[in-house]
Amino acid sequence: MTSAVTTCPVTIRIQEDDFDIGREIAILTKSRSDIGAVVSFSGICRADEDSAKIAALTLEHYPGMAEEEIKRHADEAISRWPLNGVTVIHRVGRFMPGQNIVLVLTASQHRQAAFQAAEFLMDYLKTSAPFWKKEESEAGAGWVEAQARDDEAAARWTRS
Amino acid sequence: MKVKYFAWVRERVGKAEEMIEPPATVRTIEELIAWLSGRSEAYAYAFEKPKVIRAAIDHAHVKQDTALAGAREIAFFPPMTGG
Repeated sequence: MTSAVTTCPVTIRIQEDDFDIGREIAILTKSRSDIGAVVSFSGICRADEDSAKIAALTLEHYPGMAEEEIKRHADEAISRWPLNGVTVIHRVGRFMPGQNIVLVLTASQHRQAAFQAAEFLMDYLKTSAPFWKKEESEAGAGWVEAQARDDEAAARWTRS
Repeated sequence: MKVKYFAWVRERVGKAEEMIEPPATVRTIEELIAWLSGRSEAYAYAFEKPKVIRAAIDHAHVKQDTALAGAREIAFFPPMTGG
């Protein structure tokens, strides 16, 4: 889904296909002279989880709600920081170590807002966007357990 | 109402979604979990630790004491692990 909120276009996509970070940044900054900073975060499937060797990771999501939940947090990021563009792409399907899973781009006039908004979006993607990971390792397949440290990371953004 | 299940809740229940008609005495998410748990061993296994289960009504996260009134689609799933 793509919507233009005057000067802050928001692009949210959930897809099986890979993404090209350079291309996504080019789309975000095309014909814009007001953007002075773009922060890019990409999450990649890693081979090591604690001591276990991961052979593959399968990502499941709740279609409809996942897009809406990401949109709610993108809107909140826009209300909290002076952003000029937000792109969130989350892949679903089966991944091998080294493959891209998620991309967050935030654009702003200055770096601080872009850095903070990217971190905010990632913290909420981890704890509130309806995605689930299943790991395959030598020991078999199992669902990844939620980490308390991710909840703590998201909680620091809560406004009193 | 339509109910959807995800990740290990889906695997344990043995289906991704279904239409259900709980009795009128089932008014909240918490009560729906208890009612579903009584349907079969598969549901009882899926909801054996009810406090761990997260719920959504019409695509928005809700707490377990939330009323079901007016809900079109309810979803049950484990804590999220995306990103």
